[in-house]
Amino acid sequence: MLSLSNLGKRFGGVVAVDGVSLAVAAGEVHALIGPNGAGKTTLIGLISGALAADSGEISFLGKQVTRLQSHERVRAGLARSYQITSIFRRFSVLDNLALAVQARSGSSFSFWKPVASEAALFEEARFIANQIGLEGKVSLTANQLSHGEQRALEVGLALATRPKLVLLDEPMAGMGPEESRRMIELISRIRAEVTVLLVEHDMDAVFRLADRISVMVNGRLVATGAPQEIKANEEVKRAYLGDELAA
Amino acid sequence: MGAGLTGILLLEQTLNSLQFGLMLFLLAAGLTLVFGIMDMINLAHGSLYMIGAYLMATFAAATGSFWVALPLALVATAIVGAVLEIALLRKLYERDHLTQVLATFAIILIANELVRIVWGNQSLMLNAPPGLTGPVELPGGMQYASYRLAIIAVGLLVALLLYFLVTKTRIGMLVRAGASNREMALAMGVDIRRLFTGVFALGAALCALAGAMLGPILAVQVGMGENILILAFVVIVIGGIGSIRGALVGALLVGLVDNMGRALLPIAFAKMFSPPIASNLGPSLSSILIYVLMAAVLFFRPQGLFPARG
Amino acid sequence: MKKAALILVLLFPLAMHALEQNFYIGIATRMLIYAMAAASLNLVLGYGGMVSFGHAAFFGAGAYIVGILAYEGVTSLWIAWPLAVAVAALAALVIGAISLRTRGVYFIMITLAFAQMTYYVFVSLKSYGGDDGLSMPSRSTGLGFSLSNEFAWYYLVLGLLIMILYLLHRLVHSRFGRVVEAIRENETRAAAVGYPVYRYQLLCFVISGAIAGLAGALIANQTSYVGPSLLHWIQSGTLMLMVILGGVGRFWGGPVGAAVLLALEELFSGTPLLGAWSLHWQLPVGLILLAVVLFAPRGIAGAFAKQPR
Repeated sequence: MLSLSNLGKRFGGVVAVDGVSLAVAAGEVHALIGPNGAGKTTLIGLISGALAADSGEISFLGKQVTRLQSHERVRAGLARSYQITSIFRRFSVLDNLALAVQARSGSSFSFWKPVASEAALFEEARFIANQIGLEGKVSLTANQLSHGEQRALEVGLALATRPKLVLLDEPMAGMGPEESRRMIELISRIRAEVTVLLVEHDMDAVFRLADRISVMVNGRLVATGAPQEIKANEEVKRAYLGDELAA
Repeated sequence: MGAGLTGILLLEQTLNSLQFGLMLFLLAAGLTLVFGIMDMINLAHGSLYMIGAYLMATFAAATGSFWVALPLALVATAIVGAVLEIALLRKLYERDHLTQVLATFAIILIANELVRIVWGNQSLMLNAPPGLTGPVELPGGMQYASYRLAIIAVGLLVALLLYFLVTKTRIGMLVRAGASNREMALAMGVDIRRLFTGVFALGAALCALAGAMLGPILAVQVGMGENILILAFVVIVIGGIGSIRGALVGALLVGLVDNMGRALLPIAFAKMFSPPIASNLGPSLSSILIYVLMAAVLFFRPQGLFPARG
Repeated sequence: MKKAALILVLLFPLAMHALEQNFYIGIATRMLIYAMAAASLNLVLGYGGMVSFGHAAFFGAGAYIVGILAYEGVTSLWIAWPLAVAVAALAALVIGAISLRTRGVYFIMITLAFAQMTYYVFVSLKSYGGDDGLSMPSRSTGLGFSLSNEFAWYYLVLGLLIMILYLLHRLVHSRFGRVVEAIRENETRAAAVGYPVYRYQLLCFVISGAIAGLAGALIANQTSYVGPSLLHWIQSGTLMLMVILGGVGRFWGGPVGAAVLLALEELFSGTPLLGAWSLHWQLPVGLILLAVVLFAPRGIAGAFAKQPR
């Protein structure tokens, strides 16, 4: 579904992503792990279109998307959630989701009809709120949610665009055990409908959810394979997993 | 037009550009530092220029001497600047740019009115010091106002001093560190509040110097700050926010384009187009030249020519 | 509250006439015109989050088009006013297309620069008044009744204002309005959800400029005079102060701010309150504005509103 060939990106003198080639198969949950600073978020930025690649190609659903802007990639079915929560803080949860739904349901160059009258939009928004576990909180302002709930909304915004592939950048960042558990459940629920590329540090979640794991160190992809293979991989253990697993 | 005449015209315009550019640099330097270090848009910078000119005119009339009044005006305006910073502008550092724009805009209105109350609506007389009122003969036989040469000399001297201050002294290093990375400067344990006040007072003094020097040439009147303020902002956008070097290059560039444009374009147009078109088109085109320049810089190099920020 | 204001606005001229204070009708009309201009700025500034310091360019351009056409003998409002709106919209398209490629302080600076450019272009048109501006022989014609009648003029302006405010109301509650606000709240997120941000911002900018152009056409008629001060960046700043005074991003922010600011101006410059000091009305007005900006950034309409949504 998603295929990266030889992707490269540098910032000044620093090479953040170095010749990464990766393929994400349809329907799988593919986890991307690696130490801090390995370039994972940069890679996500390249895939989503927030950053322009210096070299390499990205192909999604058979089409070249390397030159497309972010909003065009979203329209093509590639959505993203951010590591640092990026939601519409002063809008209600429902409005947040409705906005995302609105983006792919007809033109928003409509100036006359009040949005409030479009019941279908809000119904869909409620449905997604259900999916992400926020059904009781739809009328709250996004600001008023707890951290875990905001992260869920973050994922919800990506889902609301009905993507084929969703890039989740550390959805569990800053979460306690209870919230993490709920997020894992959320991802388990949605995997039936979307392909997931998941960047995470939480190894528990990674090993529970992932069909395949790729490991990035210093901007390069060092291993890809099934979870057991990765666990057994010496190089990976040395570079990264060692203390994580032992803990 | 003979070659000799063109040469003289060009030389005169170059000197005028230099003179105006250097004075513009004085304003831009203070502005870019405040903007670069405190991340604050200060529209009231032009008001400090106006206050400096007014104080200069007053002190010159009171003491009867240009050169005695000058340091007095500089110190007085620096004090005004420091008081303004401590009492008011400090509150704006943490606010968003829109708030800063509006607050300092309100300060312009207040300052203009206060000046009107104290000095009235008429523009003030400020004369060049005796000894610099006549022309000087330059190589090539051209006459040029000695006062304007003095302005150029003062401008160059101050530019040199600023360069020295910023690159060779410890304070200068702190200022540059602050301009490129405020958090880092804070982490280094710099007493940020005093540094800010100091930078602001210095900027105010530079404004006063420009106002005092330009007073005899331009009119000392309410509202003189607004016109030059825009130019100063254009300069720092072109030069790069936070960079003194950028302010100098930008100011000279703006001075050059503006002066040359105003002087030469109408002549060129008169040769190319019919008189009614030339007389309408020439002046309007030359006025907008610097803005076209700024737009071009923003388009190709949005950070300015010498960006201070990493 | 709103009903009381509406009744006041509708009956004001009649009341003034009864009190034999017709002079105040002109002042009120001026408030209505600036209410429209401020509302147009509030659209880009408050709703769109675009700090445009060049709004005077559109306001003044609209005014100058009407003035120039009148000077050339074209006084019909059916020609002059739509043309004013069209020219202002075109200016907004060009200025917006370039400026919206920048962000933050650069955006503020470049809109300011463009406003200055527009100012200089019009000022240097010696044939159309240059520094001194241009007088119009009369107000626009074409309606069958004379617009020099203060009553007729007031109600025409009021009618236009109500129409524009109604259109704006529909706009901000429509899909388009939602997207514009979302972009203001979180531009990255809006793009990440699939909206082409630039297009929306540009269209918002153009609509705002067009309305400012209409307000400009009206102000030219109000005083039968156009002068370069309409295009000056100080005018832009004044409009911004109106918006923030009234409440940036609040629907009534523009009109409320315009009314209050102009009322303050009238109060301080006209009354015996300050005696000989009434000439210096800009001082208390400036102080009040500074206080509002520093301590009450939500403005007047914000203070009256419920909690932020």
